[in-house]
Amino acid sequence: MADLDTIERIKHIDVDKYKYGFTTDIESEKAPKGLSEDIVAFISQKKGEPQWMLDWRLEAYRRWLNMTEPKWARVHYPKIDFQDLYYYSAPKRSPAPKSLDEVDPELLRVYEKLGVPLREREVLAGVEGAKVAVDAVFDSVSVVTTFKKELARAGVIFCSVSEAVREHPDLVKKYLGSVVPQGDNFYAALNSAVFSDGSFVYVPENTRCPMELSTYFRINEKQTGQFERTLIIADKGAYVSYLEGCTAPMRDENQLHAAVVELVALDGAEIKYSTVQNWYPGDKEGRGGVYNFVTKRGDCRGHHSKISWTQVETGSAITWKYPSCILRGDESRGEFYSIAISNGYQQVDSGTKMIHLGKNTSSRIISKGIAAGRSDNTYRGLVSAHRKATNARNFTQCDSLLIGDKCGAHTVPYIEAKTSTAHFEHEATTSKISEDQMFYCMSRGLSQEEAVALIVNGFVRDVLQQLPMEFMAETQKLIGISLEGSVG
Amino acid sequence: MLKIENLHATVDGRSILNGVDLEVNSGEVHAIMGPNGSGKSTLSYVLAGRKGYEVTEGSVAYRGEDLLTLEPNERAARGLFLAFQYPIEIPGVVTMQFLKVALNAQRKARGEPELSTPDFMRLVRDRAAKLRIDLDMLKRSVNVGFSGGEKKRAEILQMAVLEPSLCILDETDSGLDIDALRIVADGVNALRSPDRAMVVITHYQRLLQYIVPDRVHVLSRGRIVRSGDKSLALELEEKGYASFERDAA
Repeated sequence: MADLDTIERIKHIDVDKYKYGFTTDIESEKAPKGLSEDIVAFISQKKGEPQWMLDWRLEAYRRWLNMTEPKWARVHYPKIDFQDLYYYSAPKRSPAPKSLDEVDPELLRVYEKLGVPLREREVLAGVEGAKVAVDAVFDSVSVVTTFKKELARAGVIFCSVSEAVREHPDLVKKYLGSVVPQGDNFYAALNSAVFSDGSFVYVPENTRCPMELSTYFRINEKQTGQFERTLIIADKGAYVSYLEGCTAPMRDENQLHAAVVELVALDGAEIKYSTVQNWYPGDKEGRGGVYNFVTKRGDCRGHHSKISWTQVETGSAITWKYPSCILRGDESRGEFYSIAISNGYQQVDSGTKMIHLGKNTSSRIISKGIAAGRSDNTYRGLVSAHRKATNARNFTQCDSLLIGDKCGAHTVPYIEAKTSTAHFEHEATTSKISEDQMFYCMSRGLSQEEAVALIVNGFVRDVLQQLPMEFMAETQKLIGISLEGSVG
Repeated sequence: MLKIENLHATVDGRSILNGVDLEVNSGEVHAIMGPNGSGKSTLSYVLAGRKGYEVTEGSVAYRGEDLLTLEPNERAARGLFLAFQYPIEIPGVVTMQFLKVALNAQRKARGEPELSTPDFMRLVRDRAAKLRIDLDMLKRSVNVGFSGGEKKRAEILQMAVLEPSLCILDETDSGLDIDALRIVADGVNALRSPDRAMVVITHYQRLLQYIVPDRVHVLSRGRIVRSGDKSLALELEEKGYASFERDAA
């Protein structure tokens, strides 16, 4: 049977073939191993931060000291020694480059290998005059920011968080930690203490950001935790679409990635946040790979505001990630569209939280989990309605697809309605790629791998359609690549 | 084009085909008739290369090449096409896209350049018009929510686009009313050509009123027990399969 054969081949999955497994040798400047108030101060000083920022970090650090790692997720890994990690590294070569010409050629070559040549990004894929700005984060420091002028004309601020701390302190003070507070959870607290860099976006009132904003970043230092901090604010009536994508080089050691993303949408504003995550998943015995412990949360603070998360998760050894929406404003709307693919020994525990606080709020969750190899894939989601959230509405659909019989798919929905007017719907399915489907595709001329890629792309179609055009084609390819090992 | 000799095959250890001999030449249409369980579908799956259908003896040569060592997709690229009795649903995959991926996979395997989207669209429009098939059907997911008649017509359209040399139609008439049957048969007839052979597998003589075969074979208990011209189908209809089974015993 074709699917038995598929299972057989999955056993021989060779994740060593991981396409983006390479390293570059740009020199780094790093802080000594371990974490202490001194290290926090070192990071803050390196970045030339004002006292208030250092105080904010130190408060987070002190909270973190009293916290313990969350244990409720369905993931297993050896205990992390947080004193055995580096918390800061930055590519040498200063001052900051003024244009692409000043960027380290070695770095440009890395992007080349990733298939993300910056030059190409400037006029990405020829999509009708569309331009994608890149705030490229290499390891921890933003190395280059493009299209600033065009954005500036629209009044949009798009820069690194470090720069925002220096140039726009009022905005940072007002919004940083307002969605994910320093003490929110263990990893968010850690991030707040040691975050190295990330993106900052502010879109002013009644402004539609003239282009998709995009960040590509990757981990590139041995045993360096990567602590990204992203803050996006859409003021009243504003709209912004933000794309985040990443790949990571091959490693033996586990790498910790604990990012925090905060989104704030004021009255009538809309934020669309899309992620393609392709960190190194570990080798074929399940050694190494990135631990992706991320806190992403959006606050629909204003009336009629909308936040939409779309994620394509194919990499990382362990994913612990729940992009959420707080539906605070009346009539606000939250959306979560997810494709999570796990293969080899990957473990995914991901989902969302839709917290309905305002009246007539609505939310929609479409989750597609694909498990292959010996992986474990869990959807964990919370939909809750506060007492005052009259007429809250949610629709949730969780579909799981299994490839082979050594993997697992789990769905853990939590539903809490404190108002009788809430209307929550939940649908869930679990299926396998059938031998009939494989044979049908192959009898039409598709190879096994092409057949699996086609069937899986069909399975995730509803979510794929939510991605910006230029991400869609890339993602379809990535799905094929992610499952390449699964059929030989 | 196709030469089957002494073909034996088992499914789950049960022997289903017990020495089938059959030769089909270019331009010919052969009908294989037989009662339920005689091995008709098994024969079509063995020819298309379905896993689990194990050949224990005999050979199948297709244009002089050993067909049995090839993967199903390799057989397709060499021009073999199986129209399924029960076409399979593939949710989320638009039929048009499916056809394009299939055609280009075959072209790639044959070392031909892939068709661009406009060229492909022209080809599909042309074929669909000839078969009087509405293109709207192709915007839907493969076979999902299709009626029985639509599924069979979609199979015939796939056949027309992929332009195979050897078409195997597995009970294409099953589940069709007389109007749908006529539409499908017209489609098949439109594809008859001197360099294309067809093997039409059917339970009833009915289909053969519309697709007139050059040869008719009666399959019983995994063997071809009688062959003849189209009049054999009428004789079968009259006498029933039972008399042939007695002959075979």
